[in-house]
Amino acid sequence: MTFLEIHDVHKNYGDHEVLRGVSLEVAKHEVVCLIGASGSGKSTLLRCINALEPIRSGEIRVAGDVVSGLGVDVNRLRRNVGMVFQSYNLFPHMSVLRNVTLAPVKVGGRSRAEAEEKALALLDRVGMKDKAGAYPDALSGGQQQRVAIVRALASDPQVLLLDEITAALDPELVGDVLAIVRELAQDGLTMLLATHEMGFARDVASQVCFLHEGRILERGTPAQIFEDPQEERTRQFLGRVLASGRL
Amino acid sequence: MTSGAETEAVVTEPTPPQRVLPTAVVALLVAVLCALAAALALWSLHRMLEPPAGVDALLVVLALVALLPLVPAVRAFGDDRRRGRHLAAGRLAPARHQAASGREHAHTAMGYALAVLICAGLVWFTTANDGAITRTFLRWEFLRSSFANVLDAFWINVEVAVGAQLLVLVVGLVVAVMRLLPGRAGRPLRWLAIAYVDTFRAIPSIITLYLVGFGLKLAQVPVFKDLSPVWLAIIALTLTYSSYVAEVYRAGIESIHPSQWAAARSLGLSYGMTLRTVIVPQAVRRIVPPLLNDFIGLQKDTALIGVMGVTDAFAQSRLTASNVFNLTPVIVVAVLFVLITIPQARYVDRLLAKEQTRTGRS
Ligand SMILES: Nc1ncnc2c1ncn2[C@@H]1O[C@H](COP(=O)(O)OP(=O)(O)O)[C@@H](O)[C@H]1O
Ligand SMILES: [Mg+2]
Repeated sequence: MTFLEIHDVHKNYGDHEVLRGVSLEVAKHEVVCLIGASGSGKSTLLRCINALEPIRSGEIRVAGDVVSGLGVDVNRLRRNVGMVFQSYNLFPHMSVLRNVTLAPVKVGGRSRAEAEEKALALLDRVGMKDKAGAYPDALSGGQQQRVAIVRALASDPQVLLLDEITAALDPELVGDVLAIVRELAQDGLTMLLATHEMGFARDVASQVCFLHEGRILERGTPAQIFEDPQEERTRQFLGRVLASGRL
Repeated sequence: MTSGAETEAVVTEPTPPQRVLPTAVVALLVAVLCALAAALALWSLHRMLEPPAGVDALLVVLALVALLPLVPAVRAFGDDRRRGRHLAAGRLAPARHQAASGREHAHTAMGYALAVLICAGLVWFTTANDGAITRTFLRWEFLRSSFANVLDAFWINVEVAVGAQLLVLVVGLVVAVMRLLPGRAGRPLRWLAIAYVDTFRAIPSIITLYLVGFGLKLAQVPVFKDLSPVWLAIIALTLTYSSYVAEVYRAGIESIHPSQWAAARSLGLSYGMTLRTVIVPQAVRRIVPPLLNDFIGLQKDTALIGVMGVTDAFAQSRLTASNVFNLTPVIVVAVLFVLITIPQARYVDRLLAKEQTRTGRS
């Protein structure tokens, strides 16, 4: 069953058309990877899905309900659609635990005790339980990103959007974070992720989409895209990635 | 080819340290001249005061202190001599070390000597015109007689300052948030906020005080006409300073990176909740130093509330001063303001330094 439906989405910043008719379906429990050069519109697409950016035309549906356009309860939408950012964006004035429990308590209406219990369980899963009282300043990038993932998960989202979450990390920290995402995928969480980690995409993705200048130029299973790309642009892009040693 | 060889020669040839003697001579001269100036100033102070032996002893101690810059000046000569000896023996590194130390000593001597000169100038100024200046500003008996009165009146300044500061914290934030309201719906309120800030930042606070102090009574404005002058003063200063503080808040809020908004909104927090739990708490940390600066300004402006008929410390001191034809009472007010401001200024410095190391680290 299609869970997330993106239909002919157009988006522009001023005169600059960033998304030029993107269509995409994501089924429940599916993991879809967006690949493409920097500036191709991956982040913009993800931000449009949870309405951080308004779209000019087209339609986005989550669980059958239209979530683009006027009159949508964006705050409810965003509780169903979690997001993790490249630069972690933890709240620096709050402890790890407060970062994670903020939304469940303030938006989800849970009691603090209940929210903390769940937060600690999630933090334990990513090996961050002993840092629950620490402030983001005192954590490494990899630790911050793990907390950011937990923060997004704490509201029980139906789908998780991940925007190049390892791009700002030192290479030796990338593995830990990707391992967590891999585990989430095995648990059946629906995910849409922009990434430059092609090896990872090949492992976990059920569908890979190649974005080029605001369009999905080619999509298919990892095997189709990585072993037998049909489009010249895709081949060029993968060639460049290969040359930089990331495949 | 030749030029290459030349630069190589320049690089490998070790440079001997420069002589310190000329700097040392200048330092010694400056130190001696400044000590002389200090002695003259203290002598003229002695003649003016005709003080008891205890105070005279103090003057002598001060004169000796004025001689202290001579110590590093003399040391600079010693360093120069040792530099020469090391150099003659071909010990380049120790020679350089002595030269550097000598220059440091000479510069220290000059720095301290100039400070002595400035202090001597100030002392001399107080004794000028046969001590008329000192007698005008500082007479022991007037200081004693006016102190209690002025201190009493000063509590009104403190009351007005604290009252206005508390109100300003709230009103300033409300105006700042109004000015940042998003969308079409927020536009009229944004405009009102801008108009308010533009107006009250432009009007001198003494005029606002005057208009509020007399205008509201004159027009028989309900509620306001029954307020005490102290409350009117608090209102007037709140009007003026909320406009400054609103801008401080706004700058603080806008300095928070947009990614914090994105992160909070992506968790389902509403605009207001994001502002309250994520943005403002971070902004407040950054705005404390500029905020305290504005508060110090507000405190000083409480000296203006005399124009609306409130007898604050300054008004009280002027009254006393005109009775005794002497400005000592006014000096008392000035000193009181200094005394309450200095701790705050140091506190701001500390906060700024802390912020600096914090941002420097990250
Ligand atoms: N807030 C913005 N204002 C204007 N242009 C933007 C903004 N955000 C992104 N863009 C532009 O949109 C294009 C796509 O950006 P982005 O979605 O970040 O690409 P990607 O994530 O694939 O690197 C780029 O050309 C970028 O310059
Ligand atoms: Mg991006």
